[in-house]
Amino acid sequence: MSETQNKPAKKKTVKWGDAPKLSVLDALYLPAIASGLATAIKHAVSGKPTTRQYPEVEPEIPPNYRGVHRLNRDEAGRVKCVACYMCQTACPANCIEIIAAPAPKDDPHWKDRDKFPATFTIDELRCIYCGMCEEACPVDAIELTSIYDLTGMTREEMIFDKEKLLSVFDETVKTGRDPVRTNRGKLGPASELSPTAKDAPPPPGRGKSG
Amino acid sequence: MVKVKVNDIEVDADPKDNCILAARKAGFEIPHYCWHESLSVVASCRMCLVEVGETKPDGTVAMGPKLVPGCQTPIKEGTVIRTESAKVKTTQQMTLELLLLNHPLDCSICDQAGECYLQDYTYKYGKAHSRLDEPKIQREDKYHIGEQIALFTDRCVMCTRCVRFTREISGTSELQVVARGSHEEIDVFPETPCNNKLAGNVVDLCPVGALCSKDFLYKKRVWWLKHAESVCTGCSTGCSIHVDQNENKVYRLRPRENPQAQGHFMCDEGRYGFKYIHDDRRLKYPRLKNPSANSNTAVASSRPSDLSFADPWPTVLSEARKRIQTAIQNDPSGFVAVLSPQMTLEEAYLLASYIKGIDPRTKLTLGPVPVSGSDDLYPKGPKGEPPAAGKVKFTIRAEKCPNRLGVEAVLRHFERSVILAESLGKSSASAWYVVGGYSAGWVNEKLDQAVGTPSLLIVQDIFPSPLSERADIVLAAGSFAEREGTYVNHAGLAQAAHASIRPPEEARADGRILMELAGRTGLFNAMALRKEIGTKIAELSAIAVGELGDYGVRLAKYANQPVAAKS
Repeated sequence: MSETQNKPAKKKTVKWGDAPKLSVLDALYLPAIASGLATAIKHAVSGKPTTRQYPEVEPEIPPNYRGVHRLNRDEAGRVKCVACYMCQTACPANCIEIIAAPAPKDDPHWKDRDKFPATFTIDELRCIYCGMCEEACPVDAIELTSIYDLTGMTREEMIFDKEKLLSVFDETVKTGRDPVRTNRGKLGPASELSPTAKDAPPPPGRGKSG
Repeated sequence: MVKVKVNDIEVDADPKDNCILAARKAGFEIPHYCWHESLSVVASCRMCLVEVGETKPDGTVAMGPKLVPGCQTPIKEGTVIRTESAKVKTTQQMTLELLLLNHPLDCSICDQAGECYLQDYTYKYGKAHSRLDEPKIQREDKYHIGEQIALFTDRCVMCTRCVRFTREISGTSELQVVARGSHEEIDVFPETPCNNKLAGNVVDLCPVGALCSKDFLYKKRVWWLKHAESVCTGCSTGCSIHVDQNENKVYRLRPRENPQAQGHFMCDEGRYGFKYIHDDRRLKYPRLKNPSANSNTAVASSRPSDLSFADPWPTVLSEARKRIQTAIQNDPSGFVAVLSPQMTLEEAYLLASYIKGIDPRTKLTLGPVPVSGSDDLYPKGPKGEPPAAGKVKFTIRAEKCPNRLGVEAVLRHFERSVILAESLGKSSASAWYVVGGYSAGWVNEKLDQAVGTPSLLIVQDIFPSPLSERADIVLAAGSFAEREGTYVNHAGLAQAAHASIRPPEEARADGRILMELAGRTGLFNAMALRKEIGTKIAELSAIAVGELGDYGVRLAKYANQPVAAKS
């Protein structure tokens, strides 16, 4: 591909790189074959196995792995979710279904809450584990855990309801493998003083301009 | 008309306009909370502060030294409005910061999120942060404000739109501001909640999430609702509405501004009266009474056992067509069709032209016109008395059907006169085609006796009734949210209503049933039918334009009547 053919007519935004030219030796491919063989032989004689003995030995899961969901509890043990539907809105796979209800205000346990999820269902089979729900959640209620080996015998048992999702939280928090990752109470970057705000004109009534 | 300059764009504005309306004509939005077109001006929210000046005779522009509220400032020839200067922008930022000082920012659980002016204006004109270090004032929610209204006190921006509404439009004055300064709150007197018949409008008026509808509370996030422009069928005022639905379920009705019909508002009867369309008792399947087995016990609201997954309509409709033909051939003057005032113009026309097309000796009649009490006029006086003539701002009409005038016009064209079905006397015809579509029991004794037990009874309705129980053929029809068509209100305003949801199960919108019954080809198309009706029926010639627009068109016959909202 030559440069002139592929570049857009007006803007020179795309840089086209050409494949490096091969020398005669490279074009024979023999040195590359030899180095590849050397690597294979080195591993064969080193005696270090690279096969993972799963399931006897479980793999180390990185902390940002996106596995089965859980619904976090707040300090009072209630479901942290406020049923704002942000995760359902953000979900590209349409696997979350929430039905909201007014919180039982008469119950002193729920006095400071207005709205809560009466049902919260995630279809784990339909989910693509993209983590958008976790990012959308304004109260850090939904999180993806490092549980990667979710199986089931029927489709129904892969549809997780609120109780099941809360039990995932109880289980994962106990084992300590998935601590509550988010910082409740700390404001996110969006709420911090933006650099442009400092440059804004001073409000009238202060200094000379008023 | 006066010439006004808004941000260097010159526009012709009405001398009665304020700066907000003049700027809107020039294509600029002046943000505002407390100002509303149909309420008095208080200029209390300070969101619409703009720079205003005037053009001197020598052509120089003299701007005012201070910012003025755009809602309160009248315009005149040569007025200059600046809405985008640095001074205005800084003030807007500060006003929003002030309004948000004690706002709880609970958008995630607020029903208004998505259609909230605090959100919208903060994105457009506000700052991203607050400088308040003190804890926010928290206030108790008030669920006692009204049967249908909840007040989330700490979200309120004290624009007092709701207070002015109850004083100026409903005249009932339940809502008021109590306390002063930062302790200001909206409240009601003890034991006098805001339960008047227009109370639901304060929820629409509230620019923020302070007043919420208990009926809609936490039911759906508004960004999932799809809106269809429609007409309220609760009474003959014919309020323009939005039907908000999601996944085939209607969640709420909202008034749509229409100066020709009702203004900005709608009544609670219409607003919350739509729920019958999701009633489980509705007719969901067409039914054919088996001529051999005389017992007719099958209920049309559940799937008949002999009905497999096959579409029952072709069988039912071809049978209906056959029986109508035979009945009319046997006794043409004994065939009576009852057109309901709930029908749209298109449906009435389709049925009338079909029946009259078979034999002109058949009889077309008008179904029962439900009337309850007398017209309810607003604003009410201090003792609940109706307002003086000329001061009326809203009317809930006694006639509880949307299209009597329209159906009458169709009847006058085909039958030369309007005959009431109830006036026909006992068992006066041998075959009946009865159309219902009412929200509640509508078959009165007179009609029941007039119909009697004819040799053929076809009922097209949405609910079971004494007539559908003994009908030979039941056609499960559609409610107002499922129909497409035109309604003519009490003042002769023809408005187009659009379908928003599908009928339940196997029920079909009336227009579709009648298209197929009449053997017309193609799909039901309200626009094409309007053009046809407009050219055929002289009285309805105004709808020949097809597209009736957002506000509808007045029929020529009623053109001299006063505009509906004011009468």
